[in-house]
Amino acid sequence: MTMIQVNNLIKNYKKVEALAGVDIHVKPGEIFAYLGPNGAGKTTTIRILTGLTQATSGTCSINGFNIEKQVCQAKQQYGLVPQAINLDQELTVQENLIIHGWLYRMKSADISSRIHALLDYVELSEKKKSQVKTLSGGMKRRLMVARALLHGPKVLFLDEPTVGLDPGIRRKIWALIKKIQTTGTTIFLTTHYIEEAEFLADRVAFLDQGRIVALDTPDRLMENLGAWAIDRLVEDGMETVYFKTRHEAERFNTLKSEQFTLRRVNLEDAFLDLTGKKVK
Amino acid sequence: MIHGIIAIYVREMLILRRRLTRQIPSWSISPFLYLTAFSYAVGQGVEIAGHTYMEFLIPGLIAMSSMTQAFAIASEINIARFYWHIFEEFQASPISKVSYVGGEVLAGMTRAMLSILVIMALGFLFGVRLNYGLAFFIALLLNSFVFASLAVALAMVVKSHADQSMLNSFIITPMAFLGGTFFPIDRLPAWAGAVLNLLPLTHASKIIRAACLNEPLSIFSYFLLLAIGILFFFIAVRCVEKAKD
Ligand SMILES: Nc1ncnc2c1ncn2[C@@H]1O[C@H](COP(=O)(O)OP(=O)(O)O)[C@@H](O)[C@H]1O
Ligand SMILES: [Mg+2]
Repeated sequence: MTMIQVNNLIKNYKKVEALAGVDIHVKPGEIFAYLGPNGAGKTTTIRILTGLTQATSGTCSINGFNIEKQVCQAKQQYGLVPQAINLDQELTVQENLIIHGWLYRMKSADISSRIHALLDYVELSEKKKSQVKTLSGGMKRRLMVARALLHGPKVLFLDEPTVGLDPGIRRKIWALIKKIQTTGTTIFLTTHYIEEAEFLADRVAFLDQGRIVALDTPDRLMENLGAWAIDRLVEDGMETVYFKTRHEAERFNTLKSEQFTLRRVNLEDAFLDLTGKKVK
Repeated sequence: MIHGIIAIYVREMLILRRRLTRQIPSWSISPFLYLTAFSYAVGQGVEIAGHTYMEFLIPGLIAMSSMTQAFAIASEINIARFYWHIFEEFQASPISKVSYVGGEVLAGMTRAMLSILVIMALGFLFGVRLNYGLAFFIALLLNSFVFASLAVALAMVVKSHADQSMLNSFIITPMAFLGGTFFPIDRLPAWAGAVLNLLPLTHASKIIRAACLNEPLSIFSYFLLLAIGILFFFIAVRCVEKAKD
């Protein structure tokens, strides 16, 4: 059973090839991170999956519903938190949510009970009657998450959910995402923050210039390199060397005397190794 | 389908309600200036087909305002689309394109109607008594339907807010002046009259004025506006479908 299925997805803008044949299968209940540098094609993928952009070719389905042939059913399956804040700033928190409920054909009684529960969930209950423009950036993000969950979707799309947020608020959003996963919701998130993918994701796809260059669990992606890394200064910049064990790494380093740091291998190493460039 | 229309319409109305204290003065200012300037400075002693200039002018202002205010939703849609990105929320939601256009068009029509109430009140204060009957309201609804539908269609086609103001300057403002609002077009040379007769606003002014002044109505103009309105509505639906990038 696949919750999100993407087959050979291609998107060409006039001059740019944004997606060059992407295949994704996301399983029910997993957090799937779509990791790549700016311009890799992450937003384009989410926009196609959520009906905002027309694909050049390829097929996509969500919970078994084809996004082009069964538009309405497919759209009921997911909630979207886009990259840019798209709330009605002049309206109140509650009004924003009610309108969303109507857009998704919810019954009035369900709308009020869900609003109550979700505002509690994202810790915005006191702000119910406040105009959105009076909320902080982190609150707006949480409100967007609550809105996307209002109609009880099976899948939640999050496009760069923590971009531009303070580290503390970022962790709060991470905790929220993990909490949502425990309710059985499948989560597809894009990010260019390595540590976000590493912390949250069950599986990660590395996207580079419209192509998936690797797709696996974070552990397996890193495993190929080894467990430990040494970053050291060399004549033409930085060099990273990988080792199976800490012991090996330490022994390697006694032979050299330059400046170095010893650390665990992370996803960034895996990405660098595959693409030859930094994510950011 | 009704759900979607209501969602879109109520959203616009909630926003309008918040702005109403600013909107009402803005709806009154230009009619007030026109009424003062044209009636006292220009209109004294001018008579058009047995009516004072004031009686001629107010229906023209009503036709004009119902057009500009219905069309003004184009700017709202644009701001919602390019600045607030709220259009994405509608695009991602399972409502039909017809619902979206229907909700926005109704919002534009409501806005037009409210702005007309302001002019009717002003006319009353200026001591002008006109006949605001059923024929009058139907004509108004049709006129605002035409321009609200046009507004939605154009709002989907433009690429930025700057393009939108171009449309206002090149289409709406000239039409507002030439569409039989301030002067009777039958006083123009025949060719000019023929050209202006192609504008929907000319027909709207004609029937709105005739209804206000208890004169014979041109049924043809009613049906013409209805037909143009339906045409624009479906063009708008097509444009919403094409608005994916
Ligand atoms: N509407 C558009 N028109 C033309 N090119 C676009 C458009 N949207 C995105 N692109 C291009 O497609 C590529 C992928 O963009 P995007 O999906 O936004 O990347 P990401 O979200 O990974 O940063 C970029 O090269 C970008 O410039
Ligand atoms: Mg992006």
